[in-house]
Amino acid sequence: MSALAPVAGRAWVFGDQIDTDVLAPGAYMLEPIEVLASHCLEAIEPGFATSVQVGDVIVAGRSFGIGSSREQAVLALRHLGIRAIVAHSFARIFYRNSLALGLPVLICDDLEGVETGQPIRLDVAAASLDAGGRTRACEPLPDFLLDMLDAGGLIEQLSRQLAAERA
Amino acid sequence: MKPSGTAGAATLAQKIIARAAGRETVAVGEHVTCEVDLVLSHDSSGPRRYAQRLEALGVPVWDPDKVVLVTDHFVPATDARSANVLAMTRRWAKDNGVNNFYDMQGICHVVLPEKGHLRPGMLAVGGDSHSPTGGAYGAFMVGIGATDMTGVLATGRIWLRVPRTIRVEWTGALGPAMSAKDMILHLCAKLGMGNDYRVIEFAGETVTGLPMSERMVLTNMSAELGAKTGIIAADATTLADIRARGGDVADAVIDQYRSDDNAEFEAEHRFDAADLPPQVAAPHSPDNTRPVDEHLGVAVDQAYIGACTGAKHTDLQMAAAVLKGRKVRSGTRLMIAPASLEATRLAAADGTLEILTEAGAILLPTGCGACAGMGAGALAAGETCISSTSRNFRGRMGDPGSSVYLASPFTVAAAAVAGEIVDPREFVA
Ligand code: SF4
Repeated sequence: MSALAPVAGRAWVFGDQIDTDVLAPGAYMLEPIEVLASHCLEAIEPGFATSVQVGDVIVAGRSFGIGSSREQAVLALRHLGIRAIVAHSFARIFYRNSLALGLPVLICDDLEGVETGQPIRLDVAAASLDAGGRTRACEPLPDFLLDMLDAGGLIEQLSRQLAAERA
Repeated sequence: MKPSGTAGAATLAQKIIARAAGRETVAVGEHVTCEVDLVLSHDSSGPRRYAQRLEALGVPVWDPDKVVLVTDHFVPATDARSANVLAMTRRWAKDNGVNNFYDMQGICHVVLPEKGHLRPGMLAVGGDSHSPTGGAYGAFMVGIGATDMTGVLATGRIWLRVPRTIRVEWTGALGPAMSAKDMILHLCAKLGMGNDYRVIEFAGETVTGLPMSERMVLTNMSAELGAKTGIIAADATTLADIRARGGDVADAVIDQYRSDDNAEFEAEHRFDAADLPPQVAAPHSPDNTRPVDEHLGVAVDQAYIGACTGAKHTDLQMAAAVLKGRKVRSGTRLMIAPASLEATRLAAADGTLEILTEAGAILLPTGCGACAGMGAGALAAGETCISSTSRNFRGRMGDPGSSVYLASPFTVAAAAVAGEIVDPREFVA
């Protein structure tokens, strides 16, 4: 399924500066992704990994993903079935990692009133979010990043391009 | 946002990005594709993360001569796992013709300029969050993750969004026992850590009066400001440093790569270095910074001088200025992990090392070590450390129950002597 397919799930709302140590705790970095993911966000939201469902969306404040450049922070969320992250702002390496690994990230200034557990709908290509009873506009992604998400990530996009060049 | 700036005027970052994108000008917010001039990679986020993916793509490294690979995180090997990572890294460098391979020579951000790879105006990427360090040489250098790195190694190109620039100007002379570390810790407190996507351009007479190693502290910890990168326009000091290492660089880069006088900055901040007291960041965040007198008397179990941020030759000299003729207090351990072999060599040649060892410092191997939570110098639950490194996030240097204060090498050395946090100005003549 393309990362650009419509997203429908529940919101998980977090505050500012959720760091990569909280997303992918250093102590489990050498464990397989299933184990690492089972500790994702537990420091601030115990039970997150067991209650999160495929299709859920993270809604966060400023500088989401601040800290190290570890890609496991994205991989853990992806492994748990998170389909997208919408935040006021992202730490830039996390933002790039997420796009490169095919997990949609959208910047949105209008997140007031969204609460954990509420149903959420998201159209990544249209940068449109339905949450907390109304439609909210996100910053649209340029076409080449939508293409990257559609391919499943940067490596997959490159493979597509290389295959097209070789054909 | 204050609408300063005139049409056509550009910031230093915009000029470099435009040149690398093959464009006349670029506008803030635009997405562009740039040709990469230089790639920095290390053993942790390096070949072990991208070798297989490159192989799967079936393409060679686009230009091995533009790649610099350094072993620093896992050195020296302490167990079979780290030894295997290093062996794999060495093999990959050889197999892929990466001749700029520096094995156990020092921490990547310090080795890169030491070996003369940086030039003003370069567009560079590094597989590490402290890659902004290279901005001290007037280069635009950003950190990227392993997948992005795979893309750069395969194609030599990267997409970037043209950032806004925040200009930070420092005037006035730093007082005794003061350093660039105090300036950047102060900025962490004043500007916070949420400067996402922004470039921080450091300027002013205080900055241009700093040697390259101190300028690197400012750009290094731009990462802690949350910025995309930090940058300092090249000047005579920059060119002299490059030339002293045998590098070729034209005087023209000074005029070519600087922000236009009427360039548009998102914000312009002014600070006075003369008024600044020593700064200390309390656990567990660099923005938790206050003047040293608000932390006086905090007992320390360990004082640590290390990392790309705080263990270059000049940092070791700062520690020695405090430690000369003094002893580390019993009950406190002072550990020093020089940032590079060059730092160790210069410190040995000028007598700095002798002062440190006479004072009772424990010398650790060169490498990331305890800064990355690896190697020697880890902390136990309940222990307190004062450190010249860049980050004090919970658990970074050991047990999650440990506490780390960040400070300059002067302040760290003074705490080692006193056994508690003290004002280092009392220790220098
Ligand atoms: S010394 Fe510390 S901050 Fe510098 S590269 Fe190594 S781990 Fe990162």
